Amino acid sequence: MPIRTVLAVFTATTVLVITGLWVGNNVNLLPPGASSNASTYDELFKVLFSIGTVLFLGIVVLLIYSMIRFRRRSGDMSDGLAIEGNLPLEIVWTAIPAVVVLFVGLYSYDIYERMGGMATLNDHMAMDHGAMQQVSVKEGDTAGRVWGGIGVSGMEAAPGGPVLPVEVTAMQFAFIFHYPGSDITTGELHVPTGQQIELHMEARDVIHAFWVPQFRLKQDIIPGQPTVLSFTATRAGTYPIICAELCGPYHGGMRSNVVVQEPEAYDNWLQQNTPNSTNT
Amino acid sequence: MTLASPSDFEDNLQPQGWLRYFSFSLDHKVIGLQYLICGFIFYLVGGALAGIIRTELWSPMSDFVSRETYNETLTLHGTIMIFLWIVPVVNGAFGNYLIPFYVGARDMAFPRLNAVAFWLIPPAGILLISSYFIAGAAAQSGWTAYPPLSLTTPAAGQVVWILSVLLLGGSSIFGGINFIATILKLRRPGLKLMMLPLYCWAMLGTSVLVVLSTPVLAGTLILLSFDIIAHTGFFNPTMGGNVVVYQHLFWFYSHPAVYIMVLPAFGLVSEILPIHARKPLFGYTTMVYSIMAIVFLGLIVWAHHMFTSGTPPWMRLFFTIATSFIAVPTGIKFFNWLATLWGGKIALNSAMLFSCAFIVNFVFGGITGVALAQVPFDIHVHDTYFVVGHFHYIVYGGTVFVIFGSLYHWYPKFTGRLLNEDLGRLHFLLTFVGFNLCFAPQHWLGLNGMPRRVAEYDPAFTTLNQLSSVGALLMAISTLPLLINVVVTAINGKKAGDNPWNALTPEWLTSSPPPVENWHGEAPLVTEPYGYGQHLEAKA
Ligand code: HEM
Ligand SMILES: [Cu+2]
Ligand SMILES: [Cu+2]
Repeated sequence: MPIRTVLAVFTATTVLVITGLWVGNNVNLLPPGASSNASTYDELFKVLFSIGTVLFLGIVVLLIYSMIRFRRRSGDMSDGLAIEGNLPLEIVWTAIPAVVVLFVGLYSYDIYERMGGMATLNDHMAMDHGAMQQVSVKEGDTAGRVWGGIGVSGMEAAPGGPVLPVEVTAMQFAFIFHYPGSDITTGELHVPTGQQIELHMEARDVIHAFWVPQFRLKQDIIPGQPTVLSFTATRAGTYPIICAELCGPYHGGMRSNVVVQEPEAYDNWLQQNTPNSTNT
Repeated sequence: MTLASPSDFEDNLQPQGWLRYFSFSLDHKVIGLQYLICGFIFYLVGGALAGIIRTELWSPMSDFVSRETYNETLTLHGTIMIFLWIVPVVNGAFGNYLIPFYVGARDMAFPRLNAVAFWLIPPAGILLISSYFIAGAAAQSGWTAYPPLSLTTPAAGQVVWILSVLLLGGSSIFGGINFIATILKLRRPGLKLMMLPLYCWAMLGTSVLVVLSTPVLAGTLILLSFDIIAHTGFFNPTMGGNVVVYQHLFWFYSHPAVYIMVLPAFGLVSEILPIHARKPLFGYTTMVYSIMAIVFLGLIVWAHHMFTSGTPPWMRLFFTIATSFIAVPTGIKFFNWLATLWGGKIALNSAMLFSCAFIVNFVFGGITGVALAQVPFDIHVHDTYFVVGHFHYIVYGGTVFVIFGSLYHWYPKFTGRLLNEDLGRLHFLLTFVGFNLCFAPQHWLGLNGMPRRVAEYDPAFTTLNQLSSVGALLMAISTLPLLINVVVTAINGKKAGDNPWNALTPEWLTSSPPPVENWHGEAPLVTEPYGYGQHLEAKA
């Protein structure tokens, strides 16, 4: 290959990679994060966005370059070169996506583990060796039948103290939150910063989904199959809770808020709202 | 065997002229065009429904149609576009028209089954659409029809929907069997599998997917209809049924279905590019093997649609890995297409513009697809407008662009006349700009908090939604030059001659339009359908 071609390819690739990295790191497409999960997510997003930009731009530039450079001049009725393939080249471009995909897969596994996604795996495996069916029948409640979610129990508690459980009931077209510790029932979720929250979710009628974009978390709420979702909020503020699964005519209106408060403000709220009888 | 002249055959067949297209014709070419025209009419209906959706989303309030109507509209839009436009056209229309030529046959293996397969479609489509006009009756649970929602929305509409999808699935299975039999059994003597044009391989792979996965959908929907009509409890949680099982069964068909929609498009592009770039298809063998790999992987990735459905971590991981690996065979195909163009003599006509734009759009959708395959990424954007953006880049930017490109490419074969290039470029420009304007902003909307299937949204998202709606309007306008072009050129378009593109694939080696039984004499033996460059003398 002539040295000029090598240089041109090298320069083009470098420019491309730098552009991709720049775009991935500087173009922000996400809303501000508000959970410990979000920063991990945003890291993954940057990496995927960078790789995606490099691949997309590379292919589009190559395509447009070919369309211009190899366009048919008027009157030219001849054919192009009779090249039917090139095994080494084809191996190279089998390898490119394979390597990219392998890297992306391993990296996103790492991210998933850091989000606490693998916690249930250990749980689950342990139960598989026991009698899983019995567990699900006996305990009736959530354990053993709970699938999915992320960061499910089994993780050690976040520094903010013990895990705070909240029961979530979804129905057409509202979310209801119940705090078992203080017997508060509310339509708006209040949580303190820095403490791990564990939502135990059940649906009354059809499938709904709990989604807070600023937390980068979503979990379906499934009738007949309780699910758990856990997170730690990091930034005070009010964020939307959005139902993300088509659940009927008012699905688009099925929204609520999660109010994230500093621990003191949250304690105040707790005090004011705890029913007197159960106030301890 | 000696053959009579084509006119002798025509005398034996049923109605002549345009009336043929309304008859139970057994001619694969007539059936192919029946699929195409019928599909295009449904495309216009589905497009009108998309217009309703984008009008409703012009403002953040639910203020254009009622909420129930909105859900009916999005359900019918998805169902029509998938089952009545893309699948029938990219498989039925081009498959029926081209496959017998490619294998050197005079018709499909089972012409009667073929006609039955087509004639199931118009009644199924009319049935589906008519339910829209009975107030509060059309299905409202999306094209996915997840229970328990599909068990609690108005029953009549849901049952009509099921019936219609079952008919369409049946049609699809009949077609699939026919393609497999034709490709494997009807090849003219001397024609080996590895000599076939790539579209045959794409259709073989697609048909295998159709035959393996459609029956699963049919079984699932039959159980769902029992739940609705007979109050059984297969998917009813209050009776011990399991709603997640439905999702597994549904996606066991519906993920392969996305390949049923796109593999044939890959095949069509593989025919168009070499002809207009005057070069052999690069890497024929790896192209064939990558189709097989996609078919295999396509069958084991379905649960990537269910990452938030309460799937255990091992399942999430397995499906992440399997899904990501589809990018490998898919990537090979794209690099091979680029290599086909490299060093060619590329004619930048409408067929090519649409095909090249397909590459751009599909690469974009493929990249967001690999991102979506990563569980931690998907948990945020699942069931949002990001996913809506992703699959429209694939299904519209990919398959529909290829259908348009194919129309410009094969129209001279169908009619003997060329479509007008100026109108074609206008059509391309409007479609490309409108499409990107409509669907690119949706990725941002999804990332920032707009769920899919909603009639109302956060007012902060108004501007981008309006941009998207303007794009949709451009897309609607873009069909006008296409329609004018097709109608006007059919009457007084430029005569194309038999082989306007100087192509080597078999369908161009007979007259345009072809005689009833395809060939004037014996079918030619085409051993190198992509032999551009080295066979200059042979064409002269
Ligand atoms: C590189 C290849 C692809 C990958 C890795 C991929 C991955 C995915 C994933 C993970 C989802 C689920 C997203 C979610 O709901 O959260 C999805 C959705 C979807 N994809 Fe793809 N995809 C690819 C190509 C395709 C193709 C070829 C088609 C169709 C021709 C397609 C059509 C769809 C559709 C229709 C949906 C949404 C289904 C629904 O929920 O209604 N995708 N894709
Ligand atoms: Cu909802
Ligand atoms: Cu899929």
